[in-house]
Amino acid sequence: MLMASGSTPVPGVPSASLLRLENISKNYGSLVANDKVNIDIRPGEIHAVLGENGAGKSTLMKMIFGVTQPNAGTIYWKGQPTEITSPARARALGIGMVFQHFSLFETITVAENISFTVPGDIRELSQRIRAASEAFGLAVEPDALVYKLSVGERQRVELVRCLLQEPSLLILDEPTSVLTPQAVEKLFVTLRMLSDRGIAILYISHKLEEIRALCHSATILRHGQVTGQVDPREETSHSLAKMMVGRDIPRSAHAEARPDGKVALRVSGLSTRERDPHAVNLQAVNLEVRHGEILGIAGVSGNGQQALSRYLSGEETLPVARRGEIEILGDAVGHLGPAERRRQGLSFIPEERLGRGAAPGLSLTDNMLLTAHRLGMVSRGFIRKRVRDDHAERCIREMDVRCGGSGANASSLSGGNLQKFIVGREMMLRPKVMVVAQPTWGIDIGAAAMVRQKLIALRDEGVSILLISEELEELFEISDRMAVMFEGRMSQPVRTRATTPERIGQMMVGLFEASDEMAAEAAQ
Amino acid sequence: MMDALIFVLAGAFATATPLLLAALGELVVEKSGVLNLSVEGMMALSAAIAFMVTLQTGSHLVGFVAGGLSGALLATVFAVLVLGFMANQVAAGLAVGILGLGLSGLLGRSFEGMTLPGLGKIALPGLSDIPVLGRILFTQDVVVYAAIAATALVAWFLYRTKAGLTLRVIGENPNTAHALGMRPVGVRFLAILFGGVMAGFAGAYASTVLTPLWSQDMIAGRGWIAVALVVFGTWRPGRVAVGAYLFGAVSLLGLALQAMGIGIPAQIMTCLPYVLTIVVLVAISADKVRVRLNAPAALGESYRPAS
Amino acid sequence: MSFLGFTVLSRTETSPLALLAVPLVTVVLSIITMVVMFSALGADPGVVLYSFFIEPLSSSYNLGEVLIKASPLILIAQGLAIGFRARVWNIGAEGQLIIGAICASLLPIFWSDSESAWMLPGMIVVGALAGMAWAGIAAYLKASFNASEIIVTLMLTEIAKQVLYYLLTGPLRDPSGYNFPQSVMFPDAGLYPTFGGDGVRANLSVIITLVVTIGCWIFVTRSFAAFRLMVGGVASDAARYAGFSQRRAIWMSLLIGGAAAGLAGVGEIAGPIGKLQPILSPGYGYAAIIVAFLGGLHPVGIFFAGLFMALVYVGGDIALVSAGIPASAPVVFQGLLLVFYLASYFFVRHEVRRVPQDTRLRGAA
Repeated sequence: MLMASGSTPVPGVPSASLLRLENISKNYGSLVANDKVNIDIRPGEIHAVLGENGAGKSTLMKMIFGVTQPNAGTIYWKGQPTEITSPARARALGIGMVFQHFSLFETITVAENISFTVPGDIRELSQRIRAASEAFGLAVEPDALVYKLSVGERQRVELVRCLLQEPSLLILDEPTSVLTPQAVEKLFVTLRMLSDRGIAILYISHKLEEIRALCHSATILRHGQVTGQVDPREETSHSLAKMMVGRDIPRSAHAEARPDGKVALRVSGLSTRERDPHAVNLQAVNLEVRHGEILGIAGVSGNGQQALSRYLSGEETLPVARRGEIEILGDAVGHLGPAERRRQGLSFIPEERLGRGAAPGLSLTDNMLLTAHRLGMVSRGFIRKRVRDDHAERCIREMDVRCGGSGANASSLSGGNLQKFIVGREMMLRPKVMVVAQPTWGIDIGAAAMVRQKLIALRDEGVSILLISEELEELFEISDRMAVMFEGRMSQPVRTRATTPERIGQMMVGLFEASDEMAAEAAQ
Repeated sequence: MMDALIFVLAGAFATATPLLLAALGELVVEKSGVLNLSVEGMMALSAAIAFMVTLQTGSHLVGFVAGGLSGALLATVFAVLVLGFMANQVAAGLAVGILGLGLSGLLGRSFEGMTLPGLGKIALPGLSDIPVLGRILFTQDVVVYAAIAATALVAWFLYRTKAGLTLRVIGENPNTAHALGMRPVGVRFLAILFGGVMAGFAGAYASTVLTPLWSQDMIAGRGWIAVALVVFGTWRPGRVAVGAYLFGAVSLLGLALQAMGIGIPAQIMTCLPYVLTIVVLVAISADKVRVRLNAPAALGESYRPAS
Repeated sequence: MSFLGFTVLSRTETSPLALLAVPLVTVVLSIITMVVMFSALGADPGVVLYSFFIEPLSSSYNLGEVLIKASPLILIAQGLAIGFRARVWNIGAEGQLIIGAICASLLPIFWSDSESAWMLPGMIVVGALAGMAWAGIAAYLKASFNASEIIVTLMLTEIAKQVLYYLLTGPLRDPSGYNFPQSVMFPDAGLYPTFGGDGVRANLSVIITLVVTIGCWIFVTRSFAAFRLMVGGVASDAARYAGFSQRRAIWMSLLIGGAAAGLAGVGEIAGPIGKLQPILSPGYGYAAIIVAFLGGLHPVGIFFAGLFMALVYVGGDIALVSAGIPASAPVVFQGLLLVFYLASYFFVRHEVRRVPQDTRLRGAA
């Protein structure tokens, strides 16, 4: 194997490329994840890799970072063909990566975490961490135990860890999905600073606006193949999206809601004390969703949305004495579990599709039985298989779920198709109130559009919908009113058509008061 | 009365030593995220082999080496099942444990009832002359002292070395560890092997030093107490050692009380370690934060390297 | 993860062929290992095989022995399997068996001259309830305090053994029994009726086991309750989302397992033993775990696995006499069975494929 230590550029190559992928292919069994991908990155370049979920972005990054190896093709590092056999090898070459799901251990300190990739004495390392965090404006405390840190802080730890290895190439996987708009701006400042120092950045995202604002070049992937290599600054979001999806983006067009004024879901003064002292507690959350409207809940993830959705679904319950803090159609339901709340007319679509909304390893028919069993599928404790199978097949037909029949394993479906199945199933329950969390997260644009259309259709039938989402675009597209969660608190709702992403962004960092005044003005 | 007390306290150290050795091994295994329930079987097999080898060679040292190796052998079978074939850890532990018990009976029937010479006690010069304490603490055999040293070594390894840090984080999240370039399968294999060797020493001590007379069912549940001790000590070496000596004292106290004619049934004393373990387990499990900081988060889960 | 040109892939659908092949491969491998081992110990492999697998089936007495050993194994395994499918690891069936036997024995010990027809039904009910109660401790601690049921059931087994010793050396000891730690012999009203001819010890326990097996089969394949338990096992978050109570799953799993083990305990004292004594089972509670796995956690599979395991027990007893095979041989065989089973089960969930040469990574050109 050739070593990459001879890092002098090969003569004859016009401009020194840092990383070049040549005809890289990777398949898992019959599934082709990457098909003859070519990419060329120079020092200091911020290069976006853009694509829908399942387009092959993460497989590509795994190969560059040595987590897995290509089946065919060659990776050139500083002009030399190089086999990147392991993450350790990648780091030794000068490649750093910040994962979407952080790779930090919770029970040890920041410095100990960093010590796995940056050798040296812990005390000396702590000094270097402090120095780096000042130099790059990334506040990090080396002696803190990781489990006490917020998501934003953890991302800073990851970044500092990478920077301490003085990488020539930094890979960032969906780095902004956990950040407020303001924090995103700060991150971009840091990234531009790194770029100026000659560090190349591979930026994986599906957020088109960010890519246009930050990146010098972009490679677009679809079904594992490169469908375009462009300068994103010269493209529109629309043209980028078209390359990503392969067709024009369907938009759900809809009229404004005409709520009838009656409240279907009411939360009043809901506060929680999580057993884990570092989890976010809900603090006197109030909200009302009327018949026939969609109330959107915006916020950076980790501000209490998960607790809220669990308390609303009944996966967490309240003591009987406090049951009135959650009301469905006027009935106090806070003490009831998920099954009883479903009987009261609630249905819930959770953010984790596989594992929570559907059981992996089980067929779609069994997954139909999971929540829809009261549609006559069980009689005297025994399962009526015919009824169950009929419902599953109807759901697959009506929602256009692409799968190998109702006997197909839930894990064999793509995220989008599984989500369509779950939405279809929950709609079959004929709910009066629907709580929906991150309904289009990570699914293809076609399926996302269909899901949003179904939600609007339900709303128009008079169902009240609570939509918890991190995607501002989605919230602005389909919600009628919006509220924001920050550190367990809920802002006053504002009319979607009377606010702007900037105001919502301010509220997402906790500046509720100013916004409340505006909301009050807007409401008048 | 005083003599009885000294007998109990001095004997407690020897009685506790096999428990402590096996529990320290299991502690390291569990810290790497693997639950090995075959301790009883590993101890049983190595007790038989150590007895046989000591009988043949006349050397306790050779017997201990043979015991450690046989523990490691069974541990390897367990490791292959759990790491290679990704078998359920509970089932694999029981399988290997039963195999060990069976093999122990198979080998042991030829020397049923035979005895070995014990191991001499070492009176630490100076210290052993201290009244009362000298007889309790400083007149013990070499393995008792070695077990105390082993406790300190395991604590030092886990909390003061890089390798120990690696082992602990693999027990917390092997996938992340792998992504950072660590080798969870390799580290877990070594941890399981260490657990086997320690259980082997524990078995060897039980059959060649503590009660150097072979009988079927030599180990008599001590492997399970070792597993319990790890929980009792909330995965901390020092606390595990304290627990081991406490359990040792309790089991001897039963005998002493009986000898003095105090009417507490021996069975109640024998139960005490098990009851205490349940109490401690309940106390720590209810507090999720405490569990998260002590118990290895990935304990009992199969891990398969991503491809 | 490729090795020597082979790669291991997860199967998305389990192959039914593999599911059937696994127990067969397991048994064949275990027998081969056993034969090799005994040849090394100087026994004639032919005699060993004959004693282990043919002789137990050769007379109605031996057949009866196989049946009375199979019934506790199958009974307990059916109960445990329901819990295992829900990922509730009741490892303490042995203790639940002991407590079930102790409590059921109180009836014939205190009414030792009774001829009541209610004695047996009473023992059955008391035994099952006592087994449930003992397992219920673990269920309570797991459901309320999240204490590992693995450790608790294990500890409770050791405690149960001590309780039994205590009672037999004191309150329940036969006063005219020369200080032996055992109870009085039960009256006939407290013994299971036998069938199958003179001297054959097959008894009511076999019928109970058959009924329980059929009941479990219907329960597991048709009932919604079993579906809820199973979902709790394969995807606990999905079960929680659906509103299938985790607490209920823990309670149900442990209570069913405890009841089955308690019932098996009654089968021992009201069957071949006929009294309460320090050793009530040759480790049925642990062997049943092997039976449950070997049977693929399926009621029908468990039925056959239990019969096979009983064959090994009876064959071991015969081989002890005819081939001089030590008494611990069946234990070794049990261990081998589970070891090989766990290893070969890997191939139900994974497949090993040869990586085609042309697509393999070529070295840096």
